Amino acid sequence: MQPAVKIHNLHKSFKELHVLRGIDLDVQQGEAVVLLGSSGSGKSTLLRCINFMEEPNEGQVRINGDLIGTERSGRMVYRESELCKLRTRVGMVFQHFNLFPHKTVLENVMEGQLVVLGRSKAEASEKAMLQLARVGLAEKAPEYPARLSGGQKQRVAIARALAMDPEVMLFDEVTSALDPELVGEVLKTMRQLAEEGMTMVCVTHEIGFAYHVANKVCFLNEGKILEQGPPQQVLKNPKTDRVREFLEGHSLFKLP
Amino acid sequence: MHVWDFYATLSDIDFLMIGLWNTLRVFALALFFGIPLGLFLALGRMSKIPIISQICSFIIEFFRTTPPLVQLFWFFFALPILISVQMTPFVASVLTFSIQSSAFFAEIFRGGINSIDKGQWEAAKAIGMDRPDCLRRIILPQAVKRMIPAFAERSIELLKTTTLISTVSYADLMFQANELASKTFRPLEVYTVVAMMYFFLILIFSQITILLEYRLARTGEGTLR
Amino acid sequence: MQHNWNFSSVFAYWDVLLIGLSGTVKLFAITCIAGLIGGLVIGILRYSKNRWMSYPARLYVEVFRNTPVLVQIIWFFFAMPVVIGVEISAFMAAFLGITLNTAAFSAEVFRGGIQSIEREQWEAGKAIGMNYGTTMRRIILPQALKRMLPPLTSRGIEVFKMSTLASVVAYPETLQQAKLIASYEYNPIEAYTIVALMFFLVLLPMVQLTYLLERRFGKAD
Repeated sequence: MQPAVKIHNLHKSFKELHVLRGIDLDVQQGEAVVLLGSSGSGKSTLLRCINFMEEPNEGQVRINGDLIGTERSGRMVYRESELCKLRTRVGMVFQHFNLFPHKTVLENVMEGQLVVLGRSKAEASEKAMLQLARVGLAEKAPEYPARLSGGQKQRVAIARALAMDPEVMLFDEVTSALDPELVGEVLKTMRQLAEEGMTMVCVTHEIGFAYHVANKVCFLNEGKILEQGPPQQVLKNPKTDRVREFLEGHSLFKLP
Repeated sequence: MHVWDFYATLSDIDFLMIGLWNTLRVFALALFFGIPLGLFLALGRMSKIPIISQICSFIIEFFRTTPPLVQLFWFFFALPILISVQMTPFVASVLTFSIQSSAFFAEIFRGGINSIDKGQWEAAKAIGMDRPDCLRRIILPQAVKRMIPAFAERSIELLKTTTLISTVSYADLMFQANELASKTFRPLEVYTVVAMMYFFLILIFSQITILLEYRLARTGEGTLR
Repeated sequence: MQHNWNFSSVFAYWDVLLIGLSGTVKLFAITCIAGLIGGLVIGILRYSKNRWMSYPARLYVEVFRNTPVLVQIIWFFFAMPVVIGVEISAFMAAFLGITLNTAAFSAEVFRGGIQSIEREQWEAGKAIGMNYGTTMRRIILPQALKRMLPPLTSRGIEVFKMSTLASVVAYPETLQQAKLIASYEYNPIEAYTIVALMFFLVLLPMVQLTYLLERRFGKAD
């Protein structure tokens, strides 16, 4: 069984800054992987390389065995049309939702299906309602995003990504911009997806979510994976001081 | 003390109305051609291909920086010799102001498109849309609403600039005013009336603009606070 | 293009062009300064709490922003002499038309700049005992002036372009001189191309300056 996502020797620099320094990562089918690390560790950049919102400088990305890009004189070359196709197979949800404000919730979820996948209006509408029901927001279909709460907007964003029937879902700090009381509903939806067998990679600060839902936790530090393994191992018995330090910082204000 | 006598002016009001009509004709055509041309130039300027982006940038900067009267003269006097075509004042006027206004509209388009949150581009990209689709379905529909005040302001500027076409003998309101003033020997009354006509014409357009901005503000878009 | 470009036919008249250039610069400089001063005065009046000052100022701004400058220039040149019984020179007509228009636009820039300074700054001045005038002078204006630089620079560029309108009343500025050369030498292509390039080369640095100022201080209009 080949991995859903196979990343080999990934490097990414922004001008002078060498953010990713040789990442090797496998995500198996149906696995939920959480990327942890402090700001600047490269976790968001790594996530964004999987659906090529950032183009790696070096290294290879394979989605379900398909190598993305073509090799040309030792370097990988990526055509925009190929990347557009890839993004229909790998869905992404953003920290700031990025819903289309000039379209209704239903239209938001239908948009990609109509324009990119070329589905008929009827089919797109049906699938959209299905996904909206899946995230628990079917009744909000005719509303405009402005009328929704943050948590609801984020769940619509999840439905929008799911409507493309992706093989892998990427979550980029999707609860960081939410009021604390709304975080729960989004995490619940993500847990539900994981339990349904969706392959997902999440960048998050929600350690509790990582502990209870993830199959694998990867800790990034200065552009490399410092530790990876099951959450019970990495989060309860970290091997490196850096990870221990990080976790202690996070549990500073926990309830007694 | 000069005795104001508006009789001669007002009895020939039809003559002035012809001018008003011609002014509006050139204005409308300049907008009709200028706006799409502006969008074309704006997209060209934002193109990833350096040569296209440079050419469009140059055209935009050149027509924004050179005085419209110079442009008008060039198109009316110089161009016909260069490409040996018949040039009428009407064609020169429409040509000049279509291109001149398009340069300004291009910058408005560019500003409007850039004002849309980058997250919208990201979201569209993430579901597999290419640049043209993203612009067409996500970015431009949102940008257009924001650009309307700037468009309206630029259009009013254009309306004022049309007075220049009188210098190439096109029978716009300004030109008719000149003719009538010399015919009636009453420049004071004629020009005062014409000044007031322009004023009210532009005031009406301004008010329409403000109304538009209020309506946009009510639906939550637009820039009026 | 089969045309035989002959730029020397224009450059032979370099002295004529120079007269034009100096005419343009003279008109530009004087109308700019007068327009800015006028704008400052009107702007302060406009913002005043006194109705007798702010309403006329507002009327002024509306009238002179919404009337085409060429109409004003023509009015001053042909119509005003009839009222006041004195000849108005081409320079004077152009000066009046452009200055009054510039003052109206500048007034709005000043008003906008002053209003863009947060209420809190006024309150801070009041809280330490300053009156309206002192607060305006020492706290508000210095901050507002920075924000006003970009739109004022673009106003300056507009004034420079408007100087060509003076050619309509035969004031010897650059375009007018080009018209003369073109009528002597029958070379409108070269004449007007050179004039266009002259304006472009002179104004481009000013335009770049505006972009620079915009980036540092915020939007122009």
